[in-house]
Order: sequence, then structure tokens, then C-alpha cells
Amino acid sequence: MFFMSAEFQTVVSALNEGFVKTVQLFLVTLTGALPLGLVISFGSMNRWAPLARPVHWLLRRKAPAGRRPGKLAGALTAFRPIRLICRLLVWIIRGTPLVLQILIIYYVPPLMKVFNWGGGEGGRFTAVAVAFILNYSFYFSEIYRGGIQGVPVGQQEAGQVLGMTKSQIFFQVTLLQMIKRIVPPMSNEIITLVKDTSLARVIALQEVIWMGESFMKGNRGYAGLIWPLFFTAVYYLAFSGIVTILLNRLEKKLSFFR
Amino acid sequence: MAILEVQNIEKHFGATKVLEDISFGLEQGQALAIIGSSGSGKTTLLRCLNFLEKPDHGRILVRGKTLFDADDPATQRESEVRKKRLHFGMVFQSFNLFPQYTALKNVTLAKELLAKEQPGFKSRKKEILAEIEGEGKELLAKMGLSDRAGHYPHQLSGGQQQRVAIARALALHPDILCFDEPTSALDPELTGEVLKVIRSLAEQKTTMIIVTHEMAFARDVADQVIFMDGGLIVEQGDAHQVIEHPQQERTRQFLSRYAD
Repeated sequence: MFFMSAEFQTVVSALNEGFVKTVQLFLVTLTGALPLGLVISFGSMNRWAPLARPVHWLLRRKAPAGRRPGKLAGALTAFRPIRLICRLLVWIIRGTPLVLQILIIYYVPPLMKVFNWGGGEGGRFTAVAVAFILNYSFYFSEIYRGGIQGVPVGQQEAGQVLGMTKSQIFFQVTLLQMIKRIVPPMSNEIITLVKDTSLARVIALQEVIWMGESFMKGNRGYAGLIWPLFFTAVYYLAFSGIVTILLNRLEKKLSFFR
Repeated sequence: MAILEVQNIEKHFGATKVLEDISFGLEQGQALAIIGSSGSGKTTLLRCLNFLEKPDHGRILVRGKTLFDADDPATQRESEVRKKRLHFGMVFQSFNLFPQYTALKNVTLAKELLAKEQPGFKSRKKEILAEIEGEGKELLAKMGLSDRAGHYPHQLSGGQQQRVAIARALALHPDILCFDEPTSALDPELTGEVLKVIRSLAEQKTTMIIVTHEMAFARDVADQVIFMDGGLIVEQGDAHQVIEHPQQERTRQFLSRYAD
């Protein structure tokens, strides 16, 4: 039987090793990007407009009575630097390939002699993890933003008239309603992450695809094997299957309210 | 002394004037009904009282104390606005119950959060929470909803939801309870049960401001009526007087639409 053969045993144990790294990258990315995304989403909704007050003050003092504020005054009043920077970054991160981001983050700091990621597998993992967390937190931030803005304003107002603070309103009223709203789009993104981890292969992180491929060139005494690469699909299917089940469970758990 | 005094409130949205020189007073234990067509500024007025909108001019006094003065930034500090809101209770047209909490938790949540900020909460935690829960249950019973305490909002009818919302507002013992068209989102069959509750509150001398389109209800329950049009108070006075014998032509026109 093939499944009992030494070849199969060797390949599977190597793939398992790679798969552990895949799962690690997945978990590290989620742990970093889920909270960071929320922070960024607050940034992209930030209303801080440092020029609004001075402009209004100037208009009140200098503008002739009865004159409407012009376009320039309007633009200055609407200048929200924090929001602008966050949305600019969202555009850049979503507008460029993740592969490119991994390459830039891994190679540019050492090339510019800023810092080194450290040699070997550990350094590669850190660099890839940073790229993934960055990329996914900006994607997540937009999902969060949609979720928060999708909660009716009346919810916030009800909290306000009941004397709740901003943070009480967010944590006691908005948060759970937001989570319920974002589970479906988040599931999509998280399933994509399962498979995106394979992009780490571009800087030779030894995750499961890298392991599968290695048996073509030669690894652990075997060479010219093509099936291990195809066999990695089993790992991804099992992994995404489990993730899907967990997310469905979460969705069910949140179905007690509407 | 009047419990509420509103002086020369004015509010613009951009270039549109929504409220113009609004002044009125309200005595303790009185019910005031505000009537008028859509867009006349009734809701904005209530929202100003609850600090959901900031008036551009004017003052709001409760029990002789200035809560808001458009010319005095010190009265507009975010940290104090929060406490000042508690003078007013608000019942929204669309209920705005928190969907993830049971009817009872909707009623008790804000009170629990306020209690947690008090010194000495930790040492008497169980006692205080039990007290708040007991009070919440009592309020729901008053609303005829004892058997619905554990239900989530989506499991309740519109009328039941609005009654929970009334209990929620009452839980914080506001000086003045505001209703923003409390029955406008309800089927005609369900308005009755909500109006009944408001009527019994009026009988218990709850100080209230009710924005409503139910003219007969306003006449029977309110002590005073204000008729608004285009952001202005056109007519105000005794409820029976205004609704049955309006002095202004505009009021007469408006009321005639409800006559049939």
C-alpha cells in the first residue's frame, strides 16, 4: 500500500512540518490584524478637523455679515488629517499585491541598511508576519468600518440619552451588533487568509507549499516527486473546512438577536 | 417655579432655519403636547432638550439651573453634557431598543453602568445589582410586561417594544420625560396600548413633553399644547383651548385635517 510506504511517510511528515508553519502564520496574522484593524477603522472614521475652528473664527470676525462661506473655507473646514492618512494607507495597501508587500518588507530595510530581519527561517517568519498583519489589518479595517456604520444611529443616540459614555456605548451597545454584521464578510477574508499564507513561499518561508515543492528538486532523499505539491491541497481543504465550521458556529451563536 | 424653561432657542441646519425663537415653560407634573406637521421642528426641539442637537442660540433651564446656554461654552462641556442629559428621558419613534439585550436588561443597563461609577460599588455589588433588577422588573410590570422580561426585542410586538423603551427611560428617573412621536411607527391596533401607558403616567403626574399626531390624545392627556409651524411656535396654551378653539388661522387649518 502506497500510504504505508516510506516515501509517503517521509513526505507527510515534511508537509506536516510546513503545515505547522502555515497555521502559525495564520494565527499570528489574525492575532495582530483583528485588533489593529479596529484601530485603523477608528482612524478612517476620525472626525478631527484642526482647521475648522480657526476658519470659523476668522469668518466670524473678518467676513462681511450675511456672506456665505466659500469653497476654500469649506475645504479647510473639512480637512481631516487622521482620516485622510488612514484612507490613503488603505488605498496603498489594498491597491498593491501582497506578494510585492512581502518582498518590499523583507528586502528593503536590509538594503537601505535600516535594520535586518535576522538570518534564517526566524527572520523570514517575522518579516512575513509583519507584512501579513499590515495587509490584513487594512482589509479588516474597512470591514469594521462598514460594520460600525451599519449599526443604526438610533442605537448610539439611545445610549447617549441614557447617560452612557462614548466608550460604554461602543462596548455595551455597538460592538456586538457590529460583530454580528461583520461575520459574513470577515469569514470570506479569513478563508482567503488560509490560502494567502502560501504567498510566504516567495521569500522561501518553509510553509506547506514550499515543502511540497521541495520534493521536486530534492529533499530528505527524494527528488522528482510532483505529487507532494498537489497533495498540499488536502491540508488547505481540511484547514479551511475547520475554519468554516468555527465561523458558522460563531454566526449561529450570534443569532439570538436581530 | 417652572421645572423647565426654554428661552429663545434657535437652530440652523446649514442655511435652513429649523427652530426660531422657541420659548416656553413647563410646570412640575404637567404634560405638554407639541403638535404640528412634519418638518415643523418638533423633533429637533426635543433633540435639543436631550443634547442630541446643539442649539445656535438660547438657553435651557431645569429647576432654575442653566443647563445650556449657547453663549456660554462652559455649559457645553462634553463631560457635563452626559450628566445633564439625565434630567431628560427620551422615547424614540423607532424605539431604539438594544437588540442584543433582553427587555429587562434594556431597562437596567444604563442604571447598572451608572452604579458602577459610584464609589463603594464593589463592596455592595450584589446588593445594588439586585436592587436595580428589582426596580426594572417593577417598571416592566407597570408597563404590563412582567411575562416579557426575558424576551429579546425582536420577539416583541412594536407596542411591547415601545413600552419597554418607556420603562427604560423611566428607570433613570428623569425630571422630564420626552416622547418623540411614540406611536407613529406602530400599527393602529398597537397605538392604543402605548397611549394607555402614557395616559397613566400623566395621571401619576409625570412631567412630560409629547410630540404627537394623535390630536384627541393630546387634548385629553396634555395640560398644555404647543402648535409649531415652520420652526416657529404659532400658538400655545391650554390643551382644550388650543385644540378646540384655536385662535390662529394656521392652527385651524392644521387641525381641520384631523377633524374627520
